[in-house]
Amino acid sequence: MLSRLPASSLQSLRLSANAHSSSLLTTTVRNVSRVRYVSSNSGASSGAKSFLDSRVTLASATLFAVGSVAWYTHLYGSLPFFGEVHANSPAEEGLHPQPYPWSHNGLFDSFDHASIRRGYQVYREVCAACHSLDRIAWRNLVGVSHTADEGKALAEEVEYEDGPNDQGEMFQRPGKLSDYMPPPYPNEEAARAGNGGALPPDLSLIVKARHGGPDYIFSLLTGYVDPPAGFEIREGMNYNPYFPGNAISMARVLFDGLVEYDDGTPATTSQMAKDVTTFLNWASEPEHDERKKAGLKAVILFSALTAISLYIKRFKWSVIKSRKIIYNPPADKTHH
Amino acid sequence: MSFANTFYNALVKRNSVYVTSIFAGAFAFGVSFDLGVSSFWDNWNKGKQWKDLRAKYVQDEE
Ligand code: HEC
Repeated sequence: MLSRLPASSLQSLRLSANAHSSSLLTTTVRNVSRVRYVSSNSGASSGAKSFLDSRVTLASATLFAVGSVAWYTHLYGSLPFFGEVHANSPAEEGLHPQPYPWSHNGLFDSFDHASIRRGYQVYREVCAACHSLDRIAWRNLVGVSHTADEGKALAEEVEYEDGPNDQGEMFQRPGKLSDYMPPPYPNEEAARAGNGGALPPDLSLIVKARHGGPDYIFSLLTGYVDPPAGFEIREGMNYNPYFPGNAISMARVLFDGLVEYDDGTPATTSQMAKDVTTFLNWASEPEHDERKKAGLKAVILFSALTAISLYIKRFKWSVIKSRKIIYNPPADKTHH
Repeated sequence: MSFANTFYNALVKRNSVYVTSIFAGAFAFGVSFDLGVSSFWDNWNKGKQWKDLRAKYVQDEE
């Protein structure tokens, strides 16, 4: 019957049982009082608990072990004491891009829409000669980088095939806001034929589709250099240390002063690369700004709700946690 | 009268008032929370959003 009571009640029992000085009771108490109940205070196992078997020691040793392994893997990129075998040299896998301070990096940072607008211009005037962007429609630019009127004007510059009309014939018409951006080539084969067998990938999701995201795209566009001595490069290929394999079919396309920005920003190579990367980042994640704003709201609301429920839990449990059960044994009448 | 009493007598006593005030409170909180977060957001991202640029590009303002 005694074993069913929580340890703390046994302790108060010891106090009240002092008068009776029953040796059987005290031994039970000693055994049971080492058990620590969740709802009892740590005072129940008074100071006797050694440093080595305390939970704090266990938790901090575990944390230390996990932390040092995590720190090591972060520093050196692989687990300690486990060998790895690679078919490629690191150079062949492509240089890791430098992390750049994108103005949309932070948790609360929206895209820089002026940069998206300039980046669209670079895409249109340079990249669109080879790369499609088929998940973006003209209407997607409206309210992001262009006004509705500008969007309509841009769309109308392009002829789209539509139909059939009531004679059953297809016809050409100027583009509308709801049309998607036109591809530079009618099909993949034509795209390959025009680029020495290499397919220029669609750029709609390219920022999400590459390790390093915007850092990689920027590094790729600005990273063209002469191949190091001894590096064999095929005719029509170009050396780029950031591209896996280092030989890429796309030649360097950005040169200082290639486009003329309507907001007067000097069109240096790195400026254009930064703008077109920001534009492609937007194309990959058009929900980006809304997502971060909604995330901010969610974090505020959910942390307030968590705080409230923790408070209510403590409030409701305070009675249970602070109660004491005192057992007064009935006076033993049989032996007297 | 303490705050709790005032609160009870004004809002909680009649269920019709209580429910109405919860609904109205939820609505008011929703709107003001939205406004608060938006104004922080716009302040933080000053000059970067489309609404900050739009004026430069709209033509025929009637
Ligand atoms: C002359 C045609 C041409 C132009 C112009 C061009 N590209 Fe490319 N691009 C290619 C080809 C071809 C490939 C495929 C390269 C390969 O797989 O070797 C490619 C590949 C890419 C890749 C993918 C690299 C990877 O990791 O697979 C990206 C990103 C890219 N281009 C971005 C751009 C951007 C941004 C612009 C505009 C500034 C641009 N390209 C302009 C032809 C072009």
